Amino acid sequence: MAPLSFVLTHAWLIPAIPLVSFLLVGLVLRPVSERLAGAVATLAVATSAGLSWLLAWDFLHLVPHGQPLPSLTPWSAMWLHFQDGFGISIGTLLDPISVMLLVVVTTVSTLVHLYSTGYMHGEPGYARYFAFLNLFTFSMLGLVLAPNLVQMYVCWELVGASSFFLIGFYFEKPSAVSASKKAFIVTRFADLGFFLGILVLGFYASQIHAGMTQDLHGLQPLDFAFLTRPDVLAQLAGLNVHFLGVGVLTLAAVLIYTGGAGKSAMFPLHIWLPDAMEGPTPVSALIHAATMVVAGVYLVARCFPIFATSGEALTVVMCVGAFTSLFAAVIGCTQDDIKRVLAFSTLSQLGYMMFALGVASFAHPLGYSAAMFHLFTHAFFKALLFLGAGSVIHAVHSNDIWHMGGLRKHMPVTHALFLIATLAIAGIYPFAGFFSKDEILAAALHSGHTVVFGVGLLVAGMTAFYMFRIYFVTFWGEPKSEHAHHAHESPWVMLGPMSFLGVLSIGAGFIPIPEWVQLPGSPAEHEGIDLAVAIPSTILALAGISLAWLLYGGAPDRANALVAKLGRVYTTIKAKFYFDELYLYVTHSLIFRFVAAPIAWFDRNVVDGAVNLSGWFTRTAGLLLGKLQTGQVQTYGSWLVSGAIAAVVVLWGVLKAGGN
Amino acid sequence: MADFLAGHAPTLTHWLVLTSALFSIGIYGMLTRRNAVGVLMSLELCLNAAAVNFVLFNRYLAPTNLGGAERLDGAVMTIFVIAVAAAEVVVGMAIFVAMYAERRTVDVTRLDALKD
Repeated sequence: MAPLSFVLTHAWLIPAIPLVSFLLVGLVLRPVSERLAGAVATLAVATSAGLSWLLAWDFLHLVPHGQPLPSLTPWSAMWLHFQDGFGISIGTLLDPISVMLLVVVTTVSTLVHLYSTGYMHGEPGYARYFAFLNLFTFSMLGLVLAPNLVQMYVCWELVGASSFFLIGFYFEKPSAVSASKKAFIVTRFADLGFFLGILVLGFYASQIHAGMTQDLHGLQPLDFAFLTRPDVLAQLAGLNVHFLGVGVLTLAAVLIYTGGAGKSAMFPLHIWLPDAMEGPTPVSALIHAATMVVAGVYLVARCFPIFATSGEALTVVMCVGAFTSLFAAVIGCTQDDIKRVLAFSTLSQLGYMMFALGVASFAHPLGYSAAMFHLFTHAFFKALLFLGAGSVIHAVHSNDIWHMGGLRKHMPVTHALFLIATLAIAGIYPFAGFFSKDEILAAALHSGHTVVFGVGLLVAGMTAFYMFRIYFVTFWGEPKSEHAHHAHESPWVMLGPMSFLGVLSIGAGFIPIPEWVQLPGSPAEHEGIDLAVAIPSTILALAGISLAWLLYGGAPDRANALVAKLGRVYTTIKAKFYFDELYLYVTHSLIFRFVAAPIAWFDRNVVDGAVNLSGWFTRTAGLLLGKLQTGQVQTYGSWLVSGAIAAVVVLWGVLKAGGN
Repeated sequence: MADFLAGHAPTLTHWLVLTSALFSIGIYGMLTRRNAVGVLMSLELCLNAAAVNFVLFNRYLAPTNLGGAERLDGAVMTIFVIAVAAAEVVVGMAIFVAMYAERRTVDVTRLDALKD
């Protein structure tokens, strides 16, 4: 292996630069100059992106072509040293998936920063926005590079916090505030599972670690490199400890998956993602499409050997993923808010990635590569879709697709780019989504999961349908509002980053990610385009597009007739199967009334009562004692004399008692 | 009469009862007199009780003969007490005069600014 180059050994610079920039912009530049703050923030992330590209280049050339890429930790430092054999380090872990995600995060983040300088122009809180974008980028990069579960968890929470700040960016809007709270609470609730998983895994892993005799080269129990060793996993799987009838390994894997499901908005924790669209659109593009929401997928991929050894946990991942992808696609067909449709398509695609991981195994690792490939391509075309939607919203001043229409004449560049991204997500050759979707479906078919394959095909068709639905309604037909009539093309500072993403949406499929990202220790399994999968998926995608054209291509008469025919079914789907209402019922009517209200009563009356009582006692005692303060010298004198007499009496008694 | 006195010469205890009574009367007066001058006069009683105690202890407890000379430490302290008392009366009376000029009264029960 070639000696490590500067960028490989100094990979920590990539997250460090946005962090320094966050502090600089947030603390120093924000009050000074808004423009400067935006420029510094963008430049910092662009530097990180440049370093990431260099790093990826060097990383790919570490080994001769055709050999599996290594996994290395060029830098790590002990952070918390509890005892010998149990410590937590911070460091940078470089392996194919982390390098891939580094490139994705820094690239999309740079483009979003650049786009935001145009999109957010003149908004109050412009510098604050950029500071938080930088904070987010730092946290996400720290998460990607984490060599152990604890660093990942810390960055995981930082990502959640910056997401909270950015969703609630328009904090004067009550809906944005409640959306940010919802996102934070739901993901935080899921992270409780993640934390418990770390504790369970750490407890048993440290015992195994202590029992190992060979030299571990300073490997700590919570390091991924330790946890994914086959001998460690075999010992964990062999532990005869059960909880609720589940083995330790499965329990830990499922708990960790809970955290991942929260961040990646898997059913039934999906409810926060559609509401998170209250944030500025570039934020949705960066956080809620390309980076943060794939953290859950990344977590599962990072811990994949744990899941694969458990088996049952992987089945959970697969079932939840497949269900979410279908469920979200069904809802996505009915929404009117362009960003919400995109949010549901993100959910659906995340479900795709999750079930791709779920169908993978040590024997059939294709799903692993396919999930990472889809993560890679999805980041670009979904970011482009969001930025395109942002461009449209910027022009029309509304999120509702029924206020748009006919925009292809007014916004030709946006229209072309949005079409590219829509074709990419629909999975039409040669756009990026085709390759990764094909890979996922092939993985499902070849590992023998026929039902999942069927669901995947169906979802592919539905994706094409609902994406083209919003495409046709937005860009074709007659302008349906005053603003849509006078829409103007966005400035080039917005179109530039979109064009770059457009190029990636076309070209990313040709980057041989599945060749580079292989499950370590498993046979390479990549067969290129499988016509048995590609033909039906393309046919279904084209059918979806045709159906969308039939229903929404012209005047929406047919669509309205169909909606009327579907009646209650349609309204139920449009109301997202009333899941928000269900959650509201559970939280308000059950938890608030039967848990929170009694606790609040106890707090107000018993706890506060005790505090108030002590206060009341002190005040009353003070008032009573204050009456002694007459100001009469003679009264004071009387007290003095009485005291002196009492002292003499006591002293006399004591002396007398001592004398005898 | 002389015989009676010789037979019933007062001991230290008798004298201490006397000074205790004197001191207690003084304390009572200090706590009950409303006129500031009366309070001051009661205070003088207490001081005098203490001064008499000095003389008594010098007379009864100190060795009468120390290398041929009689010890007078207690008596000297008495002189001090009298001198200090005289000075104190002067200061006290001056304060009363100033107080009267200010408040038109020397009634201590009406001087209760301490409680504010």
